[in-house]
Amino acid sequence: MVRPVTATPTEAAGTPIPPTGSLTKGRRARRARRPAGAWSGWLFAAPAVVVYALFVLRPILLTVQYSLYDWDGIGPSKWVGADNSRRLFTDSTLFDSILNAFKLILFFSVIPVLLGLLVASTIRGIAQSRLALVARTVLFLPQVIPLVAAGITWTWLYSSTGFVNQALSWIGLKSVTRAWLGDFSTALPAVGVIGTWVLVGLCTLLLLAGMSKIDPALYEVARLDGAGAIREFVSVTLPGLRQEIGVCVTVTVISALASFDIIYISTQGGPGNKTMVPGLEIYYLAFSERRVGVASALAVALMLLVLVVVLPIQWLTREDDR
Amino acid sequence: MIVARREAWTGRALLVLLMAATVVPFVSLFVTALHPSGTYPSGISWPAHPQWHNFTDAFRSAHMGELLGSSALIVLGVVPVSALIGTMAGFAFGHLRMPGHRAGFLVFVLGLTLPFEGIITPLYYQVRDLGLLNTRWAIILPLIGLFMPFSVLWMRAHFVNMPEDVSEAARLDGANTWQLFWRIHVPLAMPAISSLAILLFLWTWNQFLLAIVLVDDPAKRTMAGALGAFQGQWGTDIPLLCAGSLLILAPTLIVFLIFQRRFVNALLQGSIKG
Repeated sequence: MVRPVTATPTEAAGTPIPPTGSLTKGRRARRARRPAGAWSGWLFAAPAVVVYALFVLRPILLTVQYSLYDWDGIGPSKWVGADNSRRLFTDSTLFDSILNAFKLILFFSVIPVLLGLLVASTIRGIAQSRLALVARTVLFLPQVIPLVAAGITWTWLYSSTGFVNQALSWIGLKSVTRAWLGDFSTALPAVGVIGTWVLVGLCTLLLLAGMSKIDPALYEVARLDGAGAIREFVSVTLPGLRQEIGVCVTVTVISALASFDIIYISTQGGPGNKTMVPGLEIYYLAFSERRVGVASALAVALMLLVLVVVLPIQWLTREDDR
Repeated sequence: MIVARREAWTGRALLVLLMAATVVPFVSLFVTALHPSGTYPSGISWPAHPQWHNFTDAFRSAHMGELLGSSALIVLGVVPVSALIGTMAGFAFGHLRMPGHRAGFLVFVLGLTLPFEGIITPLYYQVRDLGLLNTRWAIILPLIGLFMPFSVLWMRAHFVNMPEDVSEAARLDGANTWQLFWRIHVPLAMPAISSLAILLFLWTWNQFLLAIVLVDDPAKRTMAGALGAFQGQWGTDIPLLCAGSLLILAPTLIVFLIFQRRFVNALLQGSIKG
């Protein structure tokens, strides 16, 4: 999506001109051949189009359709129009789940990107050292394991006898120890920190890769002009990283809004509904409570929300190279 | 000079700190897995008598052998097909550029941001109507469809940068489009295809939502889906749960460490393109 895709000059010259024959004959032959030859590209695309239409586009349309009905998944369905969608605003459980997803953006997106920027710009000078190479592997580990495993691991870390409380006691903060995921005030931030843990390495490495593409001469010039580290960061690093920051924000915001695995494993949306997110609510509504219509209305809202949030980020950070 | 050196040291310190934060959960998992099963160890502490047999116990009670086989079958069903038809479509959109290729490609791109939860409900009824519920096909077929936006985008980005001359030369030698694709373009695209395959492997292996919704029997799920069931069953036996989690992580970790460089590059590029 973000990749520079330049149209090659050869684009117009699609079909080869037949080598022999007068001009008119050649043109006629070309006109006659072009439709058959040119359209054959769709044969190559056909298998992908078919599975995509069947298992993605059709379900999207069905979700929209379901959202207009009251249906328990078994019996007859009843047309209710926009009632299900209206419920997203009147039913506080549904509305709060959307709010929680936005709160998670702080932990899944804002903190990893800021921390990634801080770390990446500090280690820019040693980006080629052996330590940095080891870091490339280590920081990627959370990206490789299933999120479910991250959830299980952190659930244990957060438990009342887990490492988090142990570490807090070591540094004399025994008074704040608690069962972090069971506490109404700390459950959502605690779940958020799991997301931070998963995503901060990815952001750091993406930003570092972007920094290696910035012309070192720019830094030299900034130094000669007497710019301090902060000034240098603002006027050289940040502008040079526009595209990479856009990628980080896009990827992390989607994983915040569409979070499911971590929360399913660690809190199941509790305590109360403190950590309920749209993804999990859809799952419960559709498959436990059998309220398919409401679940689908929430699903439509979730799909639209992701688009509405992500598209502006794309426009803002895209390089003007089209 | 002194400033530069001080910066380098802050950089190192920061990096080590970040790595430590990344690794601590894994250490905690490993150490806890060695405690006697059924106990509640406190924090990170090395047990007096490491219970290495916890791993074999977890292997047995989680039916790990069966699970590995099941996940492998699902990966074999998803990855080659997705890579193949994704490559074909990428070739069409990036190189053949038939009429309407822009609009067609745009429709695929829109699917990139789709949260799987958005379509899981109709997918359930669709898979049920096909009579595939509780079979591995229930995971394989939808996943192929869901991977298409990324696969097509990834392969198109490769083919768009291929010079036209390559095809011109082959066409003059009398190759038709099909031969052109298989004999010239697929061999040239192998690096892009293998990176794609690595990413698809990872995402299939770790797929959770489709597994828990569409397949009831943990033995027919992906590894991640089975881990969910394992937690439900053994959630109270922390050491055993930790041992089981480690075993379930192990395959991806091993593959990651073997293909490390390619993996990191694929993931970095993958998120840039995606």
